[in-house]
Amino acid sequence: MAAKIKIATTSLAGCFGCHMSFLDIDERLLSLAEVVEFDRSPLTDIEHCGPCDIGLIEGGVCNSENVHVLREFRNNCKILVAVGACAINGGLPALRNFFKLEDCLLEAYQDGIGVDNPQIPNDPELPLLLDKVRPIHEIVKIDYFMPGCPPSADVFWNYLNALIEGRDPTLPYELVHYD
Amino acid sequence: MSGTLCIDGIAVPFSDGQTIIEAARSAGVYIPYLCHRPGYAPYGSCKLCTVKVNGRTNTACTLPAADGQTVISNSPDLQHDRQRITQMLFVEGNHFCPSCEKSGNCQLQAVAYHQNMLDNHYPHFYAQRELDASHPDILIDHDRCIFCNLCVRASKEKDGKEVFGIAGRGIHKRLIVNSPSGKLKDSDISVDDEAAHVCPTGAILVKRSAYLAPIGERIYDHHPISEVACEKAVLDTQAAKGHASCDQAQLAGQVPQNSGSDSHYAASMPPAPDIKHGR
Repeated sequence: MAAKIKIATTSLAGCFGCHMSFLDIDERLLSLAEVVEFDRSPLTDIEHCGPCDIGLIEGGVCNSENVHVLREFRNNCKILVAVGACAINGGLPALRNFFKLEDCLLEAYQDGIGVDNPQIPNDPELPLLLDKVRPIHEIVKIDYFMPGCPPSADVFWNYLNALIEGRDPTLPYELVHYD
Repeated sequence: MSGTLCIDGIAVPFSDGQTIIEAARSAGVYIPYLCHRPGYAPYGSCKLCTVKVNGRTNTACTLPAADGQTVISNSPDLQHDRQRITQMLFVEGNHFCPSCEKSGNCQLQAVAYHQNMLDNHYPHFYAQRELDASHPDILIDHDRCIFCNLCVRASKEKDGKEVFGIAGRGIHKRLIVNSPSGKLKDSDISVDDEAAHVCPTGAILVKRSAYLAPIGERIYDHHPISEVACEKAVLDTQAAKGHASCDQAQLAGQVPQNSGSDSHYAASMPPAPDIKHGR
Protein backbone atom coordinates (compact mmCIF):
# COMPACT_ATOMS: atom_id res chain seq x y z
CA MET A 1 0.00 0.00 0.00
CA ALA A 2 1.27 3.44 -0.91
CA ALA A 3 2.17 5.77 1.93
CA LYS A 4 -0.74 7.91 3.03
CA ILE A 5 -0.94 11.60 2.15
CA LYS A 6 -0.15 13.66 5.24
CA ILE A 7 -2.39 16.61 6.03
CA ALA A 8 -1.96 19.21 8.77
CA THR A 9 -4.62 21.78 9.68
CA THR A 10 -4.80 24.74 12.01
CA SER A 11 -6.97 27.69 12.87
CA LEU A 12 -5.14 30.99 13.42
CA ALA A 13 -7.34 34.07 13.86
CA GLY A 14 -10.38 32.06 12.84
CA CYS A 15 -13.49 30.70 14.51
CA PHE A 16 -13.06 27.00 13.65
CA GLY A 17 -16.09 27.37 11.39
CA CYS A 18 -13.98 26.24 8.42
CA HIS A 19 -12.92 23.14 10.36
CA MET A 20 -16.58 22.45 11.16
CA SER A 21 -17.41 22.81 7.48
CA PHE A 22 -14.57 20.39 6.67
CA LEU A 23 -16.23 17.84 8.97
CA ASP A 24 -19.45 18.39 7.00
CA ILE A 25 -18.03 16.14 4.29
CA ASP A 26 -19.66 13.58 6.62
CA GLU A 27 -19.37 9.96 5.48
CA ARG A 28 -16.82 10.99 2.89
CA LEU A 29 -14.42 11.29 5.86
CA LEU A 30 -14.22 7.50 5.81
CA SER A 31 -12.96 7.31 2.25
CA LEU A 32 -10.65 10.27 2.95
CA ALA A 33 -9.18 8.42 5.95
CA GLU A 34 -8.20 5.55 3.66
CA VAL A 35 -5.79 7.76 1.73
CA VAL A 36 -4.73 10.46 4.20
CA GLU A 37 -3.48 10.70 7.74
CA PHE A 38 -3.53 13.80 9.89
CA ASP A 39 -0.45 15.41 11.38
CA ARG A 40 -0.79 18.56 13.49
CA SER A 41 -4.49 19.40 13.64
CA PRO A 42 -7.25 20.10 16.16
CA LEU A 43 -8.42 16.61 15.15
CA THR A 44 -5.26 14.94 16.47
CA ASP A 45 -3.87 17.24 19.18
CA ILE A 46 -0.38 16.77 17.73
CA GLU A 47 1.49 19.84 18.93
CA HIS A 48 3.95 20.50 16.13
CA CYS A 49 3.83 19.95 12.42
CA GLY A 50 6.16 17.37 10.86
CA PRO A 51 6.82 17.05 7.13
CA CYS A 52 3.43 17.06 5.38
CA ASP A 53 1.98 17.02 1.90
CA ILE A 54 -0.87 19.45 2.49
CA GLY A 55 -1.40 22.19 5.09
CA LEU A 56 -4.81 23.79 5.54
CA ILE A 57 -4.75 27.20 7.25
CA GLU A 58 -7.95 28.71 8.59
CA GLY A 59 -7.99 32.30 9.81
CA GLY A 60 -5.79 35.34 9.36
CA VAL A 61 -2.80 36.40 11.44
CA CYS A 62 -3.56 38.49 14.54
CA ASN A 63 -0.72 37.72 16.98
CA SER A 64 2.91 36.60 17.22
CA GLU A 65 1.98 32.95 17.78
CA ASN A 66 -0.06 32.93 14.56
CA VAL A 67 3.07 34.04 12.69
CA HIS A 68 5.17 31.24 14.22
CA VAL A 69 2.53 28.59 13.50
CA LEU A 70 2.08 29.82 9.94
CA ARG A 71 5.84 29.70 9.31
CA GLU A 72 6.03 26.23 10.85
CA PHE A 73 3.35 25.07 8.40
CA ARG A 74 5.08 26.70 5.46
CA ASN A 75 8.38 25.09 6.40
CA ASN A 76 6.80 21.64 6.65
CA CYS A 77 4.01 21.50 4.06
CA LYS A 78 4.65 20.97 0.39
CA ILE A 79 1.31 22.61 -0.44
CA LEU A 80 -0.21 25.33 1.71
CA VAL A 81 -3.89 26.23 1.29
CA ALA A 82 -5.59 29.36 2.63
CA VAL A 83 -8.97 28.17 3.88
CA GLY A 84 -11.84 30.63 4.13
CA ALA A 85 -12.43 34.38 4.07
CA CYS A 86 -10.30 35.22 7.15
CA ALA A 87 -7.20 33.49 5.77
CA ILE A 88 -7.74 35.23 2.43
CA ASN A 89 -8.58 38.80 3.49
CA GLY A 90 -8.45 38.91 7.29
CA GLY A 91 -12.22 38.55 7.55
CA LEU A 92 -14.18 39.44 10.64
CA PRO A 93 -11.14 39.73 12.98
CA ALA A 94 -9.70 42.32 10.56
CA LEU A 95 -12.56 44.66 11.43
CA ARG A 96 -10.41 45.67 14.39
CA ASN A 97 -7.95 47.15 11.89
CA PHE A 98 -10.08 50.29 11.82
CA PHE A 99 -9.39 50.98 15.50
CA LYS A 100 -6.20 51.47 17.46
CA LEU A 101 -5.10 48.26 19.18
CA GLU A 102 -5.01 50.12 22.49
CA ASP A 103 -8.63 51.19 22.07
CA CYS A 104 -9.64 47.59 21.32
CA LEU A 105 -7.94 46.32 24.49
CA LEU A 106 -9.41 49.11 26.63
CA GLU A 107 -12.89 48.44 25.29
CA ALA A 108 -12.64 44.68 25.79
CA TYR A 109 -10.91 44.50 29.17
CA GLN A 110 -11.28 47.83 30.92
CA ASP A 111 -13.96 50.26 29.78
CA GLY A 112 -16.50 47.96 28.13
CA ILE A 113 -19.98 47.46 29.54
CA GLY A 114 -20.17 44.56 32.02
CA VAL A 115 -16.40 44.17 32.52
CA ASP A 116 -15.61 42.75 35.98
CA ASN A 117 -12.18 43.25 37.57
CA PRO A 118 -10.94 45.43 34.70
CA GLN A 119 -7.32 44.83 33.68
CA ILE A 120 -5.55 44.32 30.37
CA PRO A 121 -4.16 40.75 30.29
CA ASN A 122 -0.36 40.82 30.43
CA ASP A 123 0.72 37.28 31.30
CA PRO A 124 4.05 36.59 29.53
CA GLU A 125 2.56 33.33 28.21
CA LEU A 126 0.06 35.26 26.13
CA PRO A 127 1.10 35.92 22.53
CA LEU A 128 1.43 39.61 21.71
CA LEU A 129 -1.19 41.06 19.42
CA LEU A 130 -0.14 42.52 16.08
CA ASP A 131 -1.22 46.09 15.38
CA LYS A 132 -3.30 44.82 12.45
CA VAL A 133 -4.87 41.50 11.46
CA ARG A 134 -3.36 40.30 8.19
CA PRO A 135 -4.32 37.73 5.56
CA ILE A 136 -1.83 34.87 5.44
CA HIS A 137 -0.58 35.51 1.91
CA GLU A 138 1.06 38.67 3.26
CA ILE A 139 3.28 36.54 5.56
CA VAL A 140 4.15 33.38 3.57
CA LYS A 141 3.70 32.03 0.06
CA ILE A 142 0.30 30.40 -0.34
CA ASP A 143 -0.27 27.85 -3.08
CA TYR A 144 -4.06 27.67 -3.24
CA PHE A 145 -7.03 29.61 -1.91
CA MET A 146 -10.35 28.19 -0.81
CA PRO A 147 -12.89 31.05 -0.62
CA GLY A 148 -16.03 31.05 1.50
CA CYS A 149 -17.24 31.88 4.99
CA PRO A 150 -16.92 29.00 5.46
CA PRO A 151 -16.02 27.13 2.26
CA SER A 152 -18.71 24.50 1.87
CA ALA A 153 -18.00 20.81 2.48
CA ASP A 154 -18.11 20.33 -1.30
CA VAL A 155 -15.33 22.89 -1.71
CA PHE A 156 -13.17 20.96 0.78
CA TRP A 157 -13.97 17.70 -1.00
CA ASN A 158 -13.22 19.21 -4.38
CA TYR A 159 -9.84 20.67 -3.29
CA LEU A 160 -8.67 17.65 -1.32
CA ASN A 161 -9.47 15.25 -4.14
CA ALA A 162 -7.64 17.41 -6.64
CA LEU A 163 -4.58 17.83 -4.42
CA ILE A 164 -4.45 14.15 -3.47
CA GLU A 165 -4.59 13.25 -7.16
CA GLY A 166 -1.87 15.77 -7.93
CA ARG A 167 -4.10 18.17 -9.87
CA ASP A 168 -4.60 21.93 -9.56
CA PRO A 169 -7.93 22.43 -7.79
CA THR A 170 -10.57 24.32 -9.78
CA LEU A 171 -13.98 25.45 -8.62
CA PRO A 172 -17.15 25.51 -10.74
CA TYR A 173 -19.23 28.72 -10.56
CA GLU A 174 -21.71 27.25 -8.07
CA LEU A 175 -18.96 26.64 -5.50
CA VAL A 176 -17.30 30.07 -5.68
CA HIS A 177 -18.65 32.10 -2.78
CA TYR A 178 -17.07 34.77 -0.62
CA ASP A 179 -19.82 34.59 2.00
CA MET B 1 -23.52 53.88 -39.41
CA SER B 2 -24.21 50.26 -38.82
CA GLY B 3 -22.42 47.07 -39.73
CA THR B 4 -20.67 44.14 -38.15
CA LEU B 5 -17.64 43.78 -35.95
CA CYS B 6 -15.90 40.62 -34.86
CA ILE B 7 -15.52 39.83 -31.15
CA ASP B 8 -13.50 36.71 -30.34
CA GLY B 9 -14.52 35.20 -33.64
CA ILE B 10 -18.20 36.02 -33.22
CA ALA B 11 -19.92 38.28 -35.72
CA VAL B 12 -21.63 41.08 -33.80
CA PRO B 13 -23.92 43.47 -35.63
CA PHE B 14 -24.22 47.03 -34.35
CA SER B 15 -26.44 50.00 -34.95
CA ASP B 16 -25.69 53.68 -35.18
CA GLY B 17 -24.16 55.14 -32.03
CA GLN B 18 -23.53 51.87 -30.21
CA THR B 19 -20.30 51.35 -28.33
CA ILE B 20 -18.51 48.02 -28.60
CA ILE B 21 -19.76 46.92 -25.19
CA GLU B 22 -23.39 47.71 -26.05
CA ALA B 23 -23.20 46.03 -29.44
CA ALA B 24 -21.74 42.99 -27.72
CA ARG B 25 -24.41 42.96 -25.01
CA SER B 26 -27.21 43.23 -27.56
CA ALA B 27 -25.75 40.20 -29.33
CA GLY B 28 -25.46 38.23 -26.09
CA VAL B 29 -21.67 38.57 -25.88
CA TYR B 30 -20.62 39.57 -22.37
CA ILE B 31 -17.66 41.87 -21.78
CA PRO B 32 -17.17 42.45 -18.02
CA TYR B 33 -17.76 45.97 -16.67
CA LEU B 34 -18.57 47.82 -13.45
CA CYS B 35 -18.65 51.56 -14.20
CA HIS B 36 -20.80 51.08 -17.28
CA ARG B 37 -24.56 50.78 -17.22
CA PRO B 38 -26.93 50.43 -20.16
CA GLY B 39 -28.70 53.75 -20.75
CA TYR B 40 -25.89 55.78 -19.21
CA ALA B 41 -23.27 57.89 -20.95
CA PRO B 42 -19.91 56.13 -21.25
CA TYR B 43 -17.49 56.89 -18.44
CA GLY B 44 -14.56 54.48 -18.78
CA SER B 45 -13.05 54.48 -15.29
CA CYS B 46 -12.96 50.86 -14.14
CA LYS B 47 -11.04 49.50 -17.16
CA LEU B 48 -12.54 46.04 -16.70
CA CYS B 49 -13.93 46.09 -20.24
CA THR B 50 -10.48 46.62 -21.72
CA VAL B 51 -10.24 44.81 -25.05
CA LYS B 52 -7.88 44.77 -28.02
CA VAL B 53 -9.42 46.50 -31.01
CA ASN B 54 -7.44 45.91 -34.18
CA GLY B 55 -4.46 45.25 -31.93
CA ARG B 56 -4.78 48.38 -29.79
CA THR B 57 -5.91 48.48 -26.17
CA ASN B 58 -9.25 50.25 -25.66
CA THR B 59 -12.16 50.32 -23.25
CA ALA B 60 -15.14 48.67 -24.91
CA CYS B 61 -17.57 50.96 -23.05
CA THR B 62 -16.18 54.14 -24.60
CA LEU B 63 -15.13 53.12 -28.10
CA PRO B 64 -17.81 53.41 -30.79
CA ALA B 65 -18.41 50.22 -32.74
CA ALA B 66 -17.21 50.41 -36.34
CA ASP B 67 -17.61 48.11 -39.28
CA GLY B 68 -14.88 45.52 -39.61
CA GLN B 69 -13.32 45.98 -36.16
CA THR B 70 -11.53 42.91 -34.86
CA VAL B 71 -12.00 42.78 -31.09
CA ILE B 72 -10.26 40.38 -28.73
CA SER B 73 -11.91 40.20 -25.32
CA ASN B 74 -11.36 36.79 -23.79
CA SER B 75 -7.67 36.25 -24.38
CA PRO B 76 -5.74 34.82 -21.41
CA ASP B 77 -3.79 38.11 -21.11
CA LEU B 78 -6.89 40.29 -20.94
CA GLN B 79 -8.62 37.92 -18.53
CA HIS B 80 -5.53 38.01 -16.32
CA ASP B 81 -5.55 41.83 -16.40
CA ARG B 82 -9.25 41.87 -15.50
CA GLN B 83 -8.66 39.66 -12.52
CA ARG B 84 -5.81 41.87 -11.30
CA ILE B 85 -7.99 44.98 -11.71
CA THR B 86 -10.76 43.32 -9.72
CA GLN B 87 -8.31 42.26 -7.03
CA MET B 88 -7.05 45.85 -6.78
CA LEU B 89 -10.64 47.00 -6.25
CA PHE B 90 -11.04 44.45 -3.46
CA VAL B 91 -7.86 45.41 -1.57
CA GLU B 92 -8.27 49.16 -2.06
CA GLY B 93 -11.61 49.28 -0.27
CA ASN B 94 -12.91 47.06 2.50
CA HIS B 95 -14.98 44.35 0.87
CA PHE B 96 -16.00 41.83 3.50
CA CYS B 97 -18.65 39.83 1.69
CA PRO B 98 -19.74 37.68 4.67
CA SER B 99 -20.97 40.77 6.53
CA CYS B 100 -22.26 42.73 3.52
CA GLU B 101 -25.99 42.80 2.88
CA LYS B 102 -25.39 43.24 -0.87
CA SER B 103 -23.71 39.83 -1.12
CA GLY B 104 -25.34 37.84 -3.93
CA ASN B 105 -26.72 41.01 -5.54
CA CYS B 106 -23.33 42.72 -5.87
CA GLN B 107 -21.87 43.33 -9.31
CA LEU B 108 -18.32 43.61 -7.97
CA GLN B 109 -18.64 40.20 -6.33
CA ALA B 110 -20.38 38.78 -9.40
CA VAL B 111 -17.63 40.01 -11.71
CA ALA B 112 -15.08 38.38 -9.40
CA TYR B 113 -17.08 35.13 -9.40
CA HIS B 114 -17.30 35.28 -13.18
CA GLN B 115 -13.51 35.47 -13.33
CA ASN B 116 -13.19 32.58 -10.88
CA MET B 117 -11.21 34.92 -8.63
CA LEU B 118 -10.20 32.90 -5.55
CA ASP B 119 -7.84 35.30 -3.76
CA ASN B 120 -7.03 39.00 -3.53
CA HIS B 121 -3.36 38.65 -4.56
CA TYR B 122 -2.28 42.08 -3.30
CA PRO B 123 -1.62 43.30 0.26
CA HIS B 124 -4.72 44.83 1.80
CA PHE B 125 -4.96 48.58 2.43
CA TYR B 126 -7.60 48.40 5.19
CA ALA B 127 -8.45 51.97 4.23
CA GLN B 128 -10.07 54.11 6.91
CA ARG B 129 -13.40 55.28 5.55
CA GLU B 130 -16.41 56.71 7.34
CA LEU B 131 -19.95 55.38 7.29
CA ASP B 132 -22.75 57.86 6.58
CA ALA B 133 -25.93 56.52 8.14
CA SER B 134 -27.40 60.00 8.67
CA HIS B 135 -30.20 59.74 6.10
CA PRO B 136 -33.42 58.07 7.30
CA ASP B 137 -33.75 55.88 4.18
CA ILE B 138 -30.33 55.62 2.54
CA LEU B 139 -26.95 54.53 3.84
CA ILE B 140 -23.47 55.12 2.42
CA ASP B 141 -20.79 52.63 3.37
CA HIS B 142 -17.71 54.24 1.87
CA ASP B 143 -15.74 51.03 2.52
CA ARG B 144 -17.40 49.52 -0.52
CA CYS B 145 -17.19 52.44 -2.95
CA ILE B 146 -15.23 51.68 -6.13
CA PHE B 147 -15.56 55.20 -7.62
CA CYS B 148 -17.51 54.00 -10.65
CA ASN B 149 -19.25 57.40 -10.73
CA LEU B 150 -22.64 55.78 -11.43
CA CYS B 151 -24.37 57.53 -8.51
CA VAL B 152 -22.84 60.81 -9.62
CA ARG B 153 -24.16 60.32 -13.15
CA ALA B 154 -27.54 59.01 -11.97
CA SER B 155 -28.12 62.01 -9.72
CA LYS B 156 -27.12 64.51 -12.38
CA GLU B 157 -28.47 62.93 -15.55
CA LYS B 158 -31.46 60.90 -14.35
CA ASP B 159 -32.64 62.66 -11.18
CA GLY B 160 -31.81 66.22 -12.23
CA LYS B 161 -29.93 66.80 -8.96
CA GLU B 162 -26.27 66.89 -8.08
CA VAL B 163 -26.13 64.95 -4.86
CA PHE B 164 -22.83 63.12 -5.42
CA GLY B 165 -19.37 63.93 -6.66
CA ILE B 166 -15.95 62.35 -6.72
CA ALA B 167 -13.23 64.44 -5.05
CA GLY B 168 -9.48 63.97 -4.84
CA ARG B 169 -7.18 61.91 -7.00
CA GLY B 170 -5.41 58.58 -6.72
CA ILE B 171 -5.46 57.10 -3.25
CA HIS B 172 -7.13 60.26 -1.93
CA LYS B 173 -10.11 59.84 -4.23
CA ARG B 174 -13.43 59.76 -2.39
CA LEU B 175 -17.16 60.01 -2.87
CA ILE B 176 -18.55 63.29 -1.53
CA VAL B 177 -22.08 64.47 -0.88
CA ASN B 178 -23.32 67.87 -1.99
CA SER B 179 -24.76 69.26 1.23
CA PRO B 180 -23.70 71.93 3.73
CA SER B 181 -22.68 69.31 6.31
CA GLY B 182 -21.39 66.80 3.77
CA LYS B 183 -23.92 64.36 5.22
CA LEU B 184 -26.52 62.62 3.13
CA LYS B 185 -29.38 63.71 5.40
CA ASP B 186 -28.82 67.34 4.43
CA SER B 187 -28.72 66.63 0.68
CA ASP B 188 -31.53 66.66 -1.89
CA ILE B 189 -31.55 62.88 -2.34
CA SER B 190 -34.77 60.95 -1.98
CA VAL B 191 -35.20 57.20 -1.73
CA ASP B 192 -37.03 57.21 -5.10
CA ASP B 193 -34.02 58.67 -6.88
CA GLU B 194 -32.18 56.48 -9.33
CA ALA B 195 -28.96 57.47 -7.57
CA ALA B 196 -30.12 55.57 -4.48
CA HIS B 197 -30.45 52.34 -6.44
CA VAL B 198 -27.69 52.41 -9.03
CA CYS B 199 -24.68 51.39 -6.93
CA PRO B 200 -23.06 48.20 -8.30
CA THR B 201 -21.62 47.34 -4.87
CA GLY B 202 -22.94 47.71 -1.33
CA ALA B 203 -21.73 51.31 -0.96
CA ILE B 204 -25.15 52.98 -1.34
CA LEU B 205 -27.96 50.95 0.17
CA VAL B 206 -31.62 51.59 0.77
CA LYS B 207 -32.29 50.95 4.43
CA ARG B 208 -34.69 48.22 5.55
CA SER B 209 -34.39 46.41 2.21
CA ALA B 210 -31.27 44.34 2.88
CA TYR B 211 -32.83 40.93 3.40
CA LEU B 212 -36.01 41.16 1.34
CA ALA B 213 -34.39 38.50 -0.83
CA PRO B 214 -32.66 35.90 1.34
CA ILE B 215 -29.11 34.70 0.64
CA GLY B 216 -29.44 31.87 -1.85
CA GLU B 217 -32.24 33.58 -3.78
CA ARG B 218 -30.30 36.56 -5.04
CA ILE B 219 -29.51 37.72 -8.55
CA TYR B 220 -26.11 36.07 -8.97
CA ASP B 221 -26.68 33.04 -6.73
CA HIS B 222 -27.70 30.88 -9.64
CA HIS B 223 -26.90 32.92 -12.74
CA PRO B 224 -23.47 34.31 -13.55
CA ILE B 225 -23.29 38.00 -14.39
CA SER B 226 -22.42 37.04 -17.97
CA GLU B 227 -26.01 35.80 -18.30
CA VAL B 228 -27.69 38.46 -16.20
CA ALA B 229 -26.03 41.32 -18.09
CA CYS B 230 -27.35 40.17 -21.45
CA GLU B 231 -31.03 40.19 -22.27
CA LYS B 232 -32.77 36.85 -21.80
CA ALA B 233 -34.42 36.91 -25.22
CA VAL B 234 -31.03 37.31 -26.88
CA LEU B 235 -29.55 34.43 -24.89
CA ASP B 236 -32.49 32.17 -25.69
CA THR B 237 -32.07 32.81 -29.41
CA GLN B 238 -28.38 32.03 -29.13
CA ALA B 239 -29.00 28.83 -27.26
CA ALA B 240 -31.20 27.76 -30.15
CA LYS B 241 -29.13 29.04 -33.06
CA GLY B 242 -25.61 29.56 -31.78
CA HIS B 243 -23.44 32.62 -32.38
CA ALA B 244 -22.66 33.66 -35.91
CA SER B 245 -18.96 33.25 -36.44
CA CYS B 246 -16.84 35.55 -38.52
CA ASP B 247 -13.45 35.64 -40.15
CA GLN B 248 -11.37 38.42 -41.58
CA ALA B 249 -12.20 37.74 -45.19
CA GLN B 250 -15.94 37.80 -44.60
CA LEU B 251 -15.72 40.86 -42.40
CA ALA B 252 -13.97 42.86 -45.04
CA GLY B 253 -17.05 43.02 -47.19
CA GLN B 254 -20.25 41.85 -45.65
CA VAL B 255 -22.12 40.35 -42.76
CA PRO B 256 -21.01 36.73 -42.49
CA GLN B 257 -23.47 33.89 -42.59
CA ASN B 258 -24.12 31.83 -39.52
CA SER B 259 -21.74 28.91 -39.39
CA GLY B 260 -22.06 27.59 -35.86
CA SER B 261 -20.94 28.61 -32.42
CA ASP B 262 -17.66 26.80 -31.95
CA SER B 263 -15.25 29.27 -33.47
CA HIS B 264 -12.59 30.77 -31.27
CA TYR B 265 -10.53 33.87 -31.72
CA ALA B 266 -7.28 31.94 -31.54
CA ALA B 267 -8.29 29.70 -34.39
CA SER B 268 -9.93 32.25 -36.64
CA MET B 269 -7.92 35.42 -36.26
CA PRO B 270 -4.40 36.44 -37.13
CA PRO B 271 -2.29 37.45 -34.12
CA ALA B 272 -2.78 41.07 -33.12
CA PRO B 273 0.04 43.38 -34.17
CA ASP B 274 2.43 44.13 -31.35
CA ILE B 275 1.73 47.74 -30.52
CA LYS B 276 4.01 49.16 -27.87
CA HIS B 277 2.90 51.94 -25.58
CA GLY B 278 4.91 55.15 -25.63
CA ARG B 279 8.09 55.07 -27.63
